[in-house]
Amino acid sequence: MREPDDATRRQFLRRSGGVAVIGAVSLMSTPRAAQATPATLAAAIRAVTGAAELRTGKVKLEIPPLVENGNTVPLTVSVDSPMTPEDHVKSIHVFNEKNPQPNIGNFYLGASAGRAQVATRIRLADSQKIIAIAHLADGSFWSATADVVVTLAACTEELI
Amino acid sequence: MAQALINVPKRAGRGDIIEIKTLISHVMETGYRRTAEGTVVPRNIITSFACRYNGTEVFRADLFPAIAANPFISFFAVATASGTFEFEWIGDNGFTQTAQAAITVE
Repeated sequence: MREPDDATRRQFLRRSGGVAVIGAVSLMSTPRAAQATPATLAAAIRAVTGAAELRTGKVKLEIPPLVENGNTVPLTVSVDSPMTPEDHVKSIHVFNEKNPQPNIGNFYLGASAGRAQVATRIRLADSQKIIAIAHLADGSFWSATADVVVTLAACTEELI
Repeated sequence: MAQALINVPKRAGRGDIIEIKTLISHVMETGYRRTAEGTVVPRNIITSFACRYNGTEVFRADLFPAIAANPFISFFAVATASGTFEFEWIGDNGFTQTAQAAITVE
């Protein structure tokens, strides 16, 4: 009489234990937040530059190398350009590597801007690389990168 | 109504390059944060900003959730004539805000 009962109990425990372990593993492996992958970053940059070649230089990206609070990080992008109707910066695009979205901002200037420089404050979810791309009137694209170490990450960590 | 702060020089010489600074109060909720119950806080950000100088657009920006709360943007313009700078922010949930600043060019 007792044999079958014991067997089912053992089976039940084994099975439920297995389910619990699987549940725990799947919970742990679920990413806490989405992250821009190198592929999505490349796609976002490609959407701006198209087939044009992306060259390094001309752009100056100013951002603190070590950031305590990722919720507000000052960022300044300036481009070495005379800003004449023939030779000026049409737009400046800023990208990141590890935030949930690869884009940070697109800034469109005109020849009447006088100086190709924009400044803003951004959020960084992790220590990562920032990329600034300038689109010049002659159709060329120039870029600069900067590495930032973030101690307190923005947006994904806190629960409200 | 959100509050916007604009910094444009009151007077400038003709042809001077002037710096324009703008700041607006806005949460810039990313849409990636969760409450303690696990529900996603819906996105609520400013998506675009534009500046017009005497009716002509001189600067425009597309903003993403990676822009910090209370967006600060600074840029440059050449003072060509006396007149006004008009600023416009557009965002999620029908958010719009405008501001103006006058400049005297001599």
